[in-house]
Amino acid sequence: MTKRLATIGMRVTQAIPVILGVVVVSFLLTRALPGDPAVYFAGPAADEASIAEIRAALGLDKSLPHQFLIYASDILRGDLGQSLSTGQPVVSDLANRLPASLELTLTALFLSCTIAIPLGVLAATHPGSAIDHFCRILVTAGVSLPTFFTGIVLIYVFYYLLGFAPSPLGRIDFVYIEPDHVTGFYLIDAALAGDWETWIGALKQLILPAITLALFTLAPLARMTRASMLTALSSDYIRTARAAGLTENKVLFAYAFRNALLPVITTLGMVFSFTLGANVLVEKVFAWPGIGSYAVEALVVSDYAAVQGFVLAMALLFVALNLIIDLSYTLIDPRIGFESK
Amino acid sequence: MSLLSVENLQVSFKTRRGEVQAVRGVSVDVAKGEIVGIVGESGSGKSVTSYALMRLLDRGGAITGGSLTYGGIDLKSAKESAMRDLRGREISMVFQNPRSALNPIRKVGHQIEDVLCRHARATRSTAKAEAIKALKAVRIRDAEARYEAYPFELSGGMCQRIVIALALACDPRLLIADEPTTGLDITTQKVVMDLIADLIAERDMSALVITHDLGLAAQYCSRIVVMKDGEVVEEGDADQVFTAPKHEYTRKLVDATPRAGVSVRELLLPYLRSPMPRLPISETPLMEVKNLCKTYQGKSGPVYAVKDISFSIRKGQSVGLVGESGCGKSTTSSMLVRLLDPTSGELIFNGEDLARTPAKSFARDPRRSAIQMVFQDATDSFNPRHTARQSIGEPLARLSGLRRAQRRARIEELASLVGLPLLLLDRFPHQLSGGQKARVGIARAIALDPEFLILDEPTAALDVSIQAIVLNLLVDLRAKLGISYLFVSHDLHVVRLLCDEVIVMKDGEVVEQGPADLVMDKPSHSYTRELLSAAPRPPVLTALKSAAAE
Amino acid sequence: MSDTASNSNALRNPDGALGHFVYVLKSNPVTLLAFSMFVLLIAVALFGPALAPYDPLTSNASNALQPPSLQHWFGTDNLGRDVLSRVIIATRLDLAISVAAVAISFVIGSLLGSVAGYWGGWLDAVLNRFFDTIMAFPLFVLAMGIVAALGNTVENIVYATAVINIPFYARLVRAEVNIRRESGFALAAKLSGNSDVRVLALHIFPNALPPMMVQVSLNLGWAILNAAGLSFIGLGVRPPTAEWGIMVAEGANFIISGEWWLAFFPGLALMFAVFTFNLLGDGLRDIVDSRQRS
Repeated sequence: MTKRLATIGMRVTQAIPVILGVVVVSFLLTRALPGDPAVYFAGPAADEASIAEIRAALGLDKSLPHQFLIYASDILRGDLGQSLSTGQPVVSDLANRLPASLELTLTALFLSCTIAIPLGVLAATHPGSAIDHFCRILVTAGVSLPTFFTGIVLIYVFYYLLGFAPSPLGRIDFVYIEPDHVTGFYLIDAALAGDWETWIGALKQLILPAITLALFTLAPLARMTRASMLTALSSDYIRTARAAGLTENKVLFAYAFRNALLPVITTLGMVFSFTLGANVLVEKVFAWPGIGSYAVEALVVSDYAAVQGFVLAMALLFVALNLIIDLSYTLIDPRIGFESK
Repeated sequence: MSLLSVENLQVSFKTRRGEVQAVRGVSVDVAKGEIVGIVGESGSGKSVTSYALMRLLDRGGAITGGSLTYGGIDLKSAKESAMRDLRGREISMVFQNPRSALNPIRKVGHQIEDVLCRHARATRSTAKAEAIKALKAVRIRDAEARYEAYPFELSGGMCQRIVIALALACDPRLLIADEPTTGLDITTQKVVMDLIADLIAERDMSALVITHDLGLAAQYCSRIVVMKDGEVVEEGDADQVFTAPKHEYTRKLVDATPRAGVSVRELLLPYLRSPMPRLPISETPLMEVKNLCKTYQGKSGPVYAVKDISFSIRKGQSVGLVGESGCGKSTTSSMLVRLLDPTSGELIFNGEDLARTPAKSFARDPRRSAIQMVFQDATDSFNPRHTARQSIGEPLARLSGLRRAQRRARIEELASLVGLPLLLLDRFPHQLSGGQKARVGIARAIALDPEFLILDEPTAALDVSIQAIVLNLLVDLRAKLGISYLFVSHDLHVVRLLCDEVIVMKDGEVVEQGPADLVMDKPSHSYTRELLSAAPRPPVLTALKSAAAE
Repeated sequence: MSDTASNSNALRNPDGALGHFVYVLKSNPVTLLAFSMFVLLIAVALFGPALAPYDPLTSNASNALQPPSLQHWFGTDNLGRDVLSRVIIATRLDLAISVAAVAISFVIGSLLGSVAGYWGGWLDAVLNRFFDTIMAFPLFVLAMGIVAALGNTVENIVYATAVINIPFYARLVRAEVNIRRESGFALAAKLSGNSDVRVLALHIFPNALPPMMVQVSLNLGWAILNAAGLSFIGLGVRPPTAEWGIMVAEGANFIISGEWWLAFFPGLALMFAVFTFNLLGDGLRDIVDSRQRS
């Protein structure tokens, strides 16, 4: 057990160089701007004085390592600069909008996991059956769907043609009152407040973008589940279990599925990466007030501090998610931490 | 009244190229308390027969005819749920490659509990105690600690004990053992087989042992069934099958099994035996190995793979290097063939120290062509994108300086030298059989007329009948070309057939070396004795000898 | 050297590479379909300007927002431009972006991955760290950051897409090279007098190619999605250039009022292209896998 704890400690410390690398890359991105970065960060309406002020703040007259130190210490203090378009610090902008993005992303992931994993298992346990073919078609078609296009089609069908869905503008319709801010997740906050009308309203807004995002992540998850379940089912220990007369349920779930889950968890990392990327597009399509649409709006007006802050925030979020994935893998697979033996 | 009765069993598989009959009318009976062996080479359908008995055929496989009866129950038409009740409780199975036969992420104790609880041999509260009891039954010391272990923490032999414990946990009456020793070291093989035999005798069970190893079958089984191409070619008492084989195929198998007291020619069928060639050995040393060491920097301190070994090989001589996996024999051969740099020591080849030239630049060294190697795994040692012709031609193109047309002629000469039909030269590795690949590998190794050839278990993956042919080919080539061999193997009997001297390695050190006959007949080191006694001893020798004496 | 010999041999021999290819195409109609779709896509990209019935950039305000009709199969957009023509013309640009990006990452990734996989050591460790850092970003977000920093041009879309793809190729090649580094045929090649570089380039790398081709095919689809996604949020391609992503973005504004064809047809084209590459990748995977099996 102490060995296990040491492994967990190792995993956490391994994240540190990655975070450092992320900070270096995002620093390099701010310095890669052609010409004078200060001009870009000051924005088109800036005068000489404000450009000079920004130049001093970025330390552009100093050496590159020195500039990096300034940048890194700013990040440590939680200072990602001012947003030109909102006039607010980028950090507070991001913090305000992050819950919206997380609520959408997590709902979508939950949706796709609950569909993709059982589907993959069914396809693997019934190879050649109708469900297997369905799974294969879905998997190939699913990865071919551009998220922004799926979103638009869903809006056309469910909003324009059928009128089931509310207008695709934001997290909640103006007829409802925003729930008090506790977690920032409307579904949770509304439930906490006991305001079920608002809860339903928030859910209605959420459901289409979440489905759009879920459709995109469904395919890689289902494909991996099917493949790893097939591998597990054809392995020797399954034959041993069958030869010992274990029931089919025991063989499928306690033996095959638990082993098959390991590669699926690894895939989750990649799926997170795709989801966070696709999130930006979905937020734009549905005018979802998360950090993705914030970045898109910032891009349009060349608000560099906001864009770079967004990139850094997304990367840190992704590193954190990956760490959680790694840790859960460590808990399931006893072999982790012993590979070198 | 037999416990298990198989009559006219037919099994076929649906494949891409249509239906394939894997088992064609096999009949086997196993009486109470009897151990029956099914012997055959790869593709004989012996394993498929055993899986058909358990109704555990792979997808696409089906029993298409015959009858299977176990204790009065018709296994062929039994419901799947009834089969599940039988498996593990009445009929159990032990597999090859024990490591992969256990669930990698479940404690072994829990895996045994699963079986006990399934067949109502234990309840939740008694399961742990019963599982430990089952572990103790297969003579596992410190069973309480092993209960908590995962398979990856255990050795191969220990994993096989666990698999046996799992199979015997519910006191079945019939055990099917499918190549139970494949993938284990030779000393572990004996321990495992002895354990299985003891437990079966103790519990008055019956067993069906599936194996490719005639010696093993003869030693442990009372009755033997020989299979070939999905059919039974011979059946009888173990002694009778070996001493007086009725079918020519059995005869061939018996003859081809390496054993003490025969020459390499006697592995072949009588009409194929040409006279043994003269093998002159010069007094001049060809390769002198002095104080050779190889140390790796491991995570927890240095790992001493080879510890200060010395030996010498004379011109024309064949030396065997024997040991179990991890003994350092592969590391040694890699250093000798100059693919790996020694940590210290000398490799004097024809009077020059090869260790001074780093392995990295040895590819360009003029002495490169003098030292060559035949690799163990014939499949893995060929570039899958090259034809046999390209593979054999590669060393010629790089090192011989021959022109294209000359190379072409040389390749064909080499092919006929190793007995490879010229037609096969344009085939890719996956289109060749194991024996054909072995020939291509040998042709490539001798293409440059080397003085010294390292043979790294060249027949380990081959069936015995093919092995017999390849071993004889190697003897003929040695006589014709005067090459010196270093024959690396785990099998003492094979080494004896081919080598004048034997070096026995254990844990990176040489424990014994000397003339082959001396080492084999009067081993001085206890480890050599252990290795020798572990190799299965077929009754053939004694029986044949007495037959000859009459 | 004797490549021609082995090719002609393959023709005669039903078990040869080409024979196998034909066999797979015959027995798997889906793969055949994928190849046909691929050919169609390439043809449209090559001959687009000749196939388009109208000029993709000429606007005609009197004919704006017309639903699909016989004159305009895919309808007209808000400026009266023919959607079909724009979809056809866009094919070349979209394919060019993704092919260029994938080619760059294939070459750089193969080089880095081969070196890391064959020699290992500190170089491997450094490259691994580097790729870890790239993969630590959600890839689309990194591409956004790169294009935002380097400037809003089509070339920069290509570079950004290439950068986020490099780790995949490098990792794949590294793994493929690494498992073959100690294989019998690599050692045999050394014994035949090949230097390390020759063993790597002529013996090991060619054997890593089949899985690489699968990756290339799947990656092309992903690169198209990526590039279209970037232009959808206003990066890279600028109006009025015809490009699928930007056309969907422009059409999105008209979806709520029911003019579906503006976004639908370019989106469909995009899907068709990505689907083709994915299907092709799956088909290639079948060919590669079954070859290893037999």
